[in-house]
Amino acid sequence: MPLTDSLRDDILASVPSLRAFAISLSGNGDRADDLVQETLLRALANIDSFEPGSNLPAWLFTILRNLFRSDYRKRRREVEDADGNYAKTLKSQPSQGSHLEFEEFRAALDKLPQDQREALILVGASGFSYEDAAAICGCAVGTIKSRVNRARTKLSALLYVNGSEDFGPDETIRAVIGSGNG
Amino acid sequence: MNDEKPAGKPAKPGRLNAEIQSRIGHQLRAMYDDVVRQGVPDRFAELIRKLDAPEGELAAKKDGRD
Repeated sequence: MPLTDSLRDDILASVPSLRAFAISLSGNGDRADDLVQETLLRALANIDSFEPGSNLPAWLFTILRNLFRSDYRKRRREVEDADGNYAKTLKSQPSQGSHLEFEEFRAALDKLPQDQREALILVGASGFSYEDAAAICGCAVGTIKSRVNRARTKLSALLYVNGSEDFGPDETIRAVIGSGNG
Repeated sequence: MNDEKPAGKPAKPGRLNAEIQSRIGHQLRAMYDDVVRQGVPDRFAELIRKLDAPEGELAAKKDGRD
């Protein structure tokens, strides 16, 4: 469809989540913004192939994901970024949890295989359905479910291998983390 | 919110797993939403505005003209 004002607004409104996806995937803020920019240019250059009424965020995420994939093959991601450089790219630190906890989480996330990491982010953070995530990644719904489950299991093992020491009574945990559960 | 670890008795294994998963989901969203809350950086708002142009110009800009 042609680039209408409203479509342009919708694309712009997707930028914050595209950035979050790109940073979550790459672990590098500067590279993430380059990825987002390239995604926007591709999207606008190919806007005629976007079907009106279809899922715009999913379309944009697909472009970004494929760009990241091809970029990844060209140059291996910088390993040192797993050690916390990511945190420096943020304007503010996450408001919840300690800085150390955040860096541990980021490092664990970076240890996941790429397939699992992207599936977990799409479903667990971006809020896509399994069906949308499968379309974005070009695989079956069952494959996405399996990748998300394996990602969660691996993160548990990496972060909470001695988990029982980290947790108190159920009531306390619920009070701390709230009731949200994906 | 606080991030002190409560000193209580260990939870049951099954429930513990559910709690860990809930906590992982929470951390993942906190990381992600922190970026989302940064909004749209100027460079992207500017980019989209500039690209309000015929396709020929779009291609020219994509080729590196700034």
